[in-house]
Amino acid sequence: MASVAIGGSEQYNYDIVRKFTIMALIWGAVGMLIGVFIASELAWPILNFDFPYITFGRLRPVHTGAVIFGFGGSALFATSYYVVQRTCQTRILSDGMASFTFWGWQAIIVLAALGDVLGYSQGREYAEMEWPIDLLIVVVWVTYAIVYIGTLMKRKEPHIYVANWFYLAFILATALLHIFNNLAIPVSLTKSYPLFAGAQDAMIQWWYGHNAVGFFLTAAFLGMMYYFVPKQAGRPIYSYRLSIVHFWALIFMYMWAGTHHLHWTAIPDWTSTLAATFSIMLLMPSWGGMINGIMTMSGAWDKLRTDPVLRFLIVSLSFYGMSTFEGPMMSLKDVNALSHYTDWTIGHVHSGALGWVAMITFGTIYHLVPRLWDTKMYSTRLINVHFWLATIGTLLYITAMWISGIMQGLMWRAYDDYGNLQYSFAESVAAMHPYYAMRALGGLVFLTGMVLMLYNCFMTMSQAKGVASGDMAPQAA
Amino acid sequence: MIDHGKIEKNLGLMLVLVMFAISIGGLVEVVPLFFIKGTIEEARTPEGIRMVRPYSPLELRGRDIYIREGCYLCHSQMIRPFRDEAMRYGHYSLAAESQYDHPFQWGSKRTGPDLARVGKKYSNEWHVQHLIAPRSMVPESVMPNYPWLMSPLDTSDVGDRMAALRLSGVPYSVNKAEYDKNVKEFGADVAKQLHIPDAKKNLVEQAQTGKYDGNAADVTEMDAVVAYLQVLGTMVDFSKFDSDNFVKFR
Repeated sequence: MASVAIGGSEQYNYDIVRKFTIMALIWGAVGMLIGVFIASELAWPILNFDFPYITFGRLRPVHTGAVIFGFGGSALFATSYYVVQRTCQTRILSDGMASFTFWGWQAIIVLAALGDVLGYSQGREYAEMEWPIDLLIVVVWVTYAIVYIGTLMKRKEPHIYVANWFYLAFILATALLHIFNNLAIPVSLTKSYPLFAGAQDAMIQWWYGHNAVGFFLTAAFLGMMYYFVPKQAGRPIYSYRLSIVHFWALIFMYMWAGTHHLHWTAIPDWTSTLAATFSIMLLMPSWGGMINGIMTMSGAWDKLRTDPVLRFLIVSLSFYGMSTFEGPMMSLKDVNALSHYTDWTIGHVHSGALGWVAMITFGTIYHLVPRLWDTKMYSTRLINVHFWLATIGTLLYITAMWISGIMQGLMWRAYDDYGNLQYSFAESVAAMHPYYAMRALGGLVFLTGMVLMLYNCFMTMSQAKGVASGDMAPQAA
Repeated sequence: MIDHGKIEKNLGLMLVLVMFAISIGGLVEVVPLFFIKGTIEEARTPEGIRMVRPYSPLELRGRDIYIREGCYLCHSQMIRPFRDEAMRYGHYSLAAESQYDHPFQWGSKRTGPDLARVGKKYSNEWHVQHLIAPRSMVPESVMPNYPWLMSPLDTSDVGDRMAALRLSGVPYSVNKAEYDKNVKEFGADVAKQLHIPDAKKNLVEQAQTGKYDGNAADVTEMDAVVAYLQVLGTMVDFSKFDSDNFVKFR
């Protein structure tokens, strides 16, 4: 498929961006649908239907894989290829290699999902894929790195724009984390045992797991933010100096924080203390990113009243600020003593995932689609409806989990007048039910918004095809 | 002041500095744990026998099924050093107790209760009934039913699995020298179970004598899972140590 002309030139490869954008939309809907289903399984366990391939334990990694790597990953590929070309004013290094990353990445998502439902799992959160898929990830990721770095090398603008620093850190860190966390001894094509065990394995898994959040879901999406917020607002980024300070601080500090997933467990105390300390400090560079993004609206705040795309982008940064305050708080050992193992952790994850990651991606895709397909958005009103559904869905979700999580934590540690435990574990499970239902509802509201987006974007793309097929002259952007 | 513009105009320099920045955290926090001796506690009987042993072939297959079904997503296996957890679950978990767990299964979530010391708390019959239909034993439970665990266990590759674990450092034995070493470290009974050439024989024997699923005739996945659950947290005899013995390792 030939690149649709933007501004009358075929300077950049937008075909690869369009492909990844479409898949981001599809994986978003699929992943969120599975999320709503597994949330419902917890509220109404009959939905497991005695069918091994759809139990909560097998479907949960399908959900996390589809939303993080399918939806988030595709959005990052799409936007990183878009941003690197436009900020370097040069076409990507190789169309063929980029296309390989597209097909390879989609194959990875599908294979991972199949593996999960069939039970071929390494038993590591966010890294369930068995070793053949891990090897495929290495090949695709190295190709991606070559294309991205190769494009930067070809740049016509001597300064590398800030968005690219973040994408670069994300690409390098993901490679490092993936390789060390997936070292394993294979038994067969579908089974392997991780090289490490016990406490050391735990340290490596959560060095990986937290930095999957820190680099894949944070640094990379900050890269997205640094391009699309100023573009949509029509304003420059608030502070160059702030971007420098918070970039280096963020990428350095994040790698120390992983052990906050292991507070009070069988790891040495000093690692726990280090992790808590760095997690608290991490609040500063995180908020540096939030401030830089939100203050970019300086002189253009009135646009928030009329532009729902900008609403998505700026509100996502508010949720980012909220989550990066909540996270450090939960990293304090005494807070963690209550929150660990509870739904509060899940609430925290989703305030970041729905509030920050998903919403910045929604705003970005709404910005991209009209430009990539050289047309106007099918319905601006629907973007606004989506914004409210996304916000309300997110708030329902996290409120439900705050209540249930803190309630669980308090019930588990409650004593009666005789000094015995007041509640059996089963009593705490029973108390969760209404909040599991409320959370499923919140997810359903969020999913509805996603489906509206799918509809809106595909209507936009079809109307563009209708226009382009009979039209010889390139349209102005 | 550093001229950041120099870094922005020099991709190679930026790559090197980013790699440097992202490498420090892991090097400082993770690498030392492979070299600091107290990371894994010493837990030996007065006669010097190691209390924590690798899983027997049947238990290992049960563990693999636990991982397959994603049990770790709802159940943790890590008791924290809190009074309420001591009352609910037992002594806090030692690093030594999961030293042969490839992968570790400490978990991040308690949708269901912690299982670190579930071994021998419930009868085999309770476990079988609970796994087939959790709500028949615990009406408030949200756990899925697992009736398919009553299907036959595939034992064809148990030797291969133990061999792979041996490569990653678990002391399963393949020859007499390793076997004798295990007798010294773990005692004769345990050493028998760790010998790879006898893996399938040991597995069937343990399933038949243990009668985990109530049926001695065939070896099912249920046999394996129950055998695994019944051993969790039972290896360290805390009565042999002073109550604050393990604090010094934290």
